[in-house]
Amino acid sequence: MTALPAPSYQTASPRLIWGIALSLAAILWLWGQTVAPFAFEYPKALQIPAARWIGGAITWLVKEAAIGPIAFADITRFVADLIDLPYRATLALLATGLLSGEGSSAIQLWPPLPWVAVVGLLALIGLYAGGIPLALTVTACMTFIAVFGQWQSAMVTLASIIVAVPLGVAGGLFLGIAAARRPWLDRAMKPFLDLMQTMPVFAYLVPILILFGFGPTAAIVATLIYAMPPMIRITTLALQRVPSEIHDLGRMVGCTDRQMTWRVLVPSAREPLLVGVNQVIMQSLNMVIIASMIGAGGLGFDVLNALRRLDFGAGLEAGLAIVALAITLDRLSQALARRNRAAIPQGNALQRHPYLAAALALIIATTLLGLLIPAIQTYPESARLTTSPFWAAAVEWINITFFDTLEAIKNAVLLGLLIPVKRFLLSLPWVAVVAMLGLLGWRLGGWRLGLLTASLSFLIAATGQWEKAMITVYLCGIASLIAMAIGLPIAIAVAERERAWTITRAIIDTLQTLPSFVYLMPVVMLFRVGDFTALIAVVAYAVVASIRYTVLGLQGVDPRLIEAGRAMGCTDWQILTRIRLRLALPEILLGLNQTIMFALAMLVITALVGTRDLGQDVYIALTKANPGNGLVAGLAIAFIAIIADRLIHAAADAQRAKPGLGAQA
Amino acid sequence: MSMTDTTEKLVCRNVWKVFGARAQEAFAGLGRDPSLERLLSAGLVPAVRAVDLSVRNGEIFVIMGLSGSGKSTLVRCLSRLIEPTAGEILFNGQNLLAATDGEMIELRRHKMGMVFQHFALLPHLTVLENVAFPLEVQGIDRAKREARAREIITLVGLTGRESSYPRQLSGGQQQRVGIARSLAVEPELWFLDEPFSALDPLIRRELQDEFLRLQSALRKTIVFITHDFDEAIRLADRIAIMKDGVIEQIGTPEDLVLHPATDYVREFTRAVPKAKAVRVASLAHPGAPATDAPRIPARATIAEAGTAFLNGADVLAVTDADGRVTGSLRREDVVQLILGGAG
Ligand SMILES: Nc1ncnc2c1ncn2[C@@H]1O[C@H](COP(=O)(O)OP(=O)(O)OP(=O)(O)O)[C@@H](O)[C@H]1O
Ligand SMILES: [Mg+2]
Repeated sequence: MTALPAPSYQTASPRLIWGIALSLAAILWLWGQTVAPFAFEYPKALQIPAARWIGGAITWLVKEAAIGPIAFADITRFVADLIDLPYRATLALLATGLLSGEGSSAIQLWPPLPWVAVVGLLALIGLYAGGIPLALTVTACMTFIAVFGQWQSAMVTLASIIVAVPLGVAGGLFLGIAAARRPWLDRAMKPFLDLMQTMPVFAYLVPILILFGFGPTAAIVATLIYAMPPMIRITTLALQRVPSEIHDLGRMVGCTDRQMTWRVLVPSAREPLLVGVNQVIMQSLNMVIIASMIGAGGLGFDVLNALRRLDFGAGLEAGLAIVALAITLDRLSQALARRNRAAIPQGNALQRHPYLAAALALIIATTLLGLLIPAIQTYPESARLTTSPFWAAAVEWINITFFDTLEAIKNAVLLGLLIPVKRFLLSLPWVAVVAMLGLLGWRLGGWRLGLLTASLSFLIAATGQWEKAMITVYLCGIASLIAMAIGLPIAIAVAERERAWTITRAIIDTLQTLPSFVYLMPVVMLFRVGDFTALIAVVAYAVVASIRYTVLGLQGVDPRLIEAGRAMGCTDWQILTRIRLRLALPEILLGLNQTIMFALAMLVITALVGTRDLGQDVYIALTKANPGNGLVAGLAIAFIAIIADRLIHAAADAQRAKPGLGAQA
Repeated sequence: MSMTDTTEKLVCRNVWKVFGARAQEAFAGLGRDPSLERLLSAGLVPAVRAVDLSVRNGEIFVIMGLSGSGKSTLVRCLSRLIEPTAGEILFNGQNLLAATDGEMIELRRHKMGMVFQHFALLPHLTVLENVAFPLEVQGIDRAKREARAREIITLVGLTGRESSYPRQLSGGQQQRVGIARSLAVEPELWFLDEPFSALDPLIRRELQDEFLRLQSALRKTIVFITHDFDEAIRLADRIAIMKDGVIEQIGTPEDLVLHPATDYVREFTRAVPKAKAVRVASLAHPGAPATDAPRIPARATIAEAGTAFLNGADVLAVTDADGRVTGSLRREDVVQLILGGAG
């Protein structure tokens, strides 16, 4: 509408441009309804039937597509078998034992590893990687899982992780290396990676479901797709960041390409690569939980089931078991990554491999003992604890005692904030919003960005998803603002205090290892389903990002500038607002960006508790196995994420480039 | 035997390196010998311009210039870590720029060594493994390469640290590892790109002495980069002074101090006391002194000879690299140089 680039771009005052644009938009909004109804509701006749196309394409893939004589379906079956075999083996080892026969009539030929052996093995790894404290932590977490009766499910989840992580790491490493060596591949892959990381996982659960069928294999494929992009990114970045001197060294000693990659670059980038491995583990865990919807089973299934039955106690226990598993895997992988190579021990085989020997002894001893004493093989049912009744009672008590207070809070927020904002956003003409986004993009990052933001938002309208997208934007926007409003003061309070920051960081690190599902549980308990519940869950999940980035930005401010400010007689408040916050603004903006990304990711999960936005569409598509709708809604969410991401990055860059920023003090 | 023979190990003719989008084509379009203004207005960054030099067998050839003058770019062209935009580079008479990738790998594996400013040690390998790394790349078996590595580690004075990791070493020790590694393959041509710039002055001095000691035993052909003129004078047989990608003058330290070719070089050498640059050899008279006199190597600087005069000697016996007396150095010549050196 008004976003046509004027030739006088350099000279026209920005205020004038914005003034004109906003007035035109306001005029359209106030009086346009009758004159230009199409500006408010995208004409049905002109809609792009993207959902149908995608659905058709997938059907074609499954039914007809072939490369030469090999049908596409054969390829997927091959991939499925490739994953299925190691999965079954791991599952047999950890959970089911060696079975003969199918289904419930199967006979167990050989039992799985006794639970004592698994706990002991993990503790041994802990001892090897991080000493006694880590061994104790691991033992405590795993015992917790056993005591609360989650062992069987936890082992199913662990089996998926054990299969998914090596595949994800290897795949990510190879693609990342390939991209680091070929700039064109890097450039070609970037948009896909962006899309993969911003698209909600539900969106591709459906196509995977159709291609691979319901079951753990499909879940592992989904996990791989979800967990691999960060590994690819980290690998490419890590290899590109290897100092150029090390590159030169490799060439000067006459390395071949292969030696260069595997002997020089990859080992030099070991530390960031291990961070990547840790990411893959945590992402896989998060995804395996979500993938329980397409048959992963395990702990995720238990949480989901409990959530559906509104059995808070059961859900909480399964949720905490996920947390215990997450902590175990996270700490173990981090300790392994940090572990320095010690001198190679001398002596005979036993002395050289004490841990391996202990592990073997442990397995043999517990297996034999397990045959005699069942409690070593399986954690005895009689010794299990459950807190389920307690939680049910507690929730009931809170709900009865505080019902009025909780309802009052909920209604106040709903009526005072949520509903008005929602109404306002829904009343906006899409034409004006698209134009404004285009204008904003153009002003912040040039015509390319303007074109991108305008066309992505137009596509959302053209595929008939405007209304749902606005609901997404409203929930996500409010949640992000609240998260920032909570996160900023906390960050300011702890940034300069070492102890406080250490504690805060420990807390937010732990919060980040929680699968997003878990956030929903307590909120649903207290507020039941609906927008308000979703809002609180999203805020709780996203606030971590805002704290982390703001602290990073504040700590990065050059202390000399603060000293200079002091010397000039600034008050503490002036130093905070004029120097520290001003200089940390780029990082704070990036924190806002991350907060929005977290919020969007969480929003889809909250569809489980009955929001009415794009997340719900994706979720419904999943339950109806309708790939077209799911993907289109998923893409729309990805588009919203990309628009926000690009605009904020452009704003942060503009802030950084602002002349005189450093001379402020 | 003299310090250098006159055969040329490395010759570089009219070498250019310009950076920028499509630099090769853009450069070719500007014709022969384009001026700085034309290069800049074509959007190119000229890092090395029309460099001619030749490095003789067994000499220490120092390339000296301020930050950004193009030293690293030039040395990377010489070792072909980057492709020069134009020019010719001959190594032992062989055209380096025409060598295939395979030939380059072979050359680098056996004939060249390089020491880096920031050491470029591989963090996951021990000192021993780092030093043995160039041999490992060549596929030499473990026992053999480790034996060789231990030999050189002893040579650079790091015995006892073989199983340490780089991060456990001080900067000076790390650079000793870097030097040992570059010597593992017994290179003919040894590149050092500001090897001591990242070190403290005291350690730097210590390593310079160490370097001279090594060189007196090994007699490699050396291309040494530095931005420190004192270092250049201390180490060089010949110095090339670089400015904005162009070599201003090539000569012995004495040449540069006594006969600067351009204002830039004069400016540079003005602050340098002549006694530090001029070597005993250029003030010595032929023929041994009549009486028994303290000895001074011909390679030493006049400043180093100064202490002997302070101890009361009137004349010193000048010795060559093999320790034979070849001439004499008189106190009055030295006094004249130092007093006349103020102007
Ligand atoms: N890859 C590159 N792309 C563009 N310009 C470059 C590149 N490498 C070097 N330059 C430019 O070439 C010039 C010479 O750089 P070079 O690194 O050779 O300088 P130097 O003399 O080694 O300096 P220093 O003492 O700082 O190492 C500089 O102006 C630098 O900006
Ligand atoms: Mg340099």
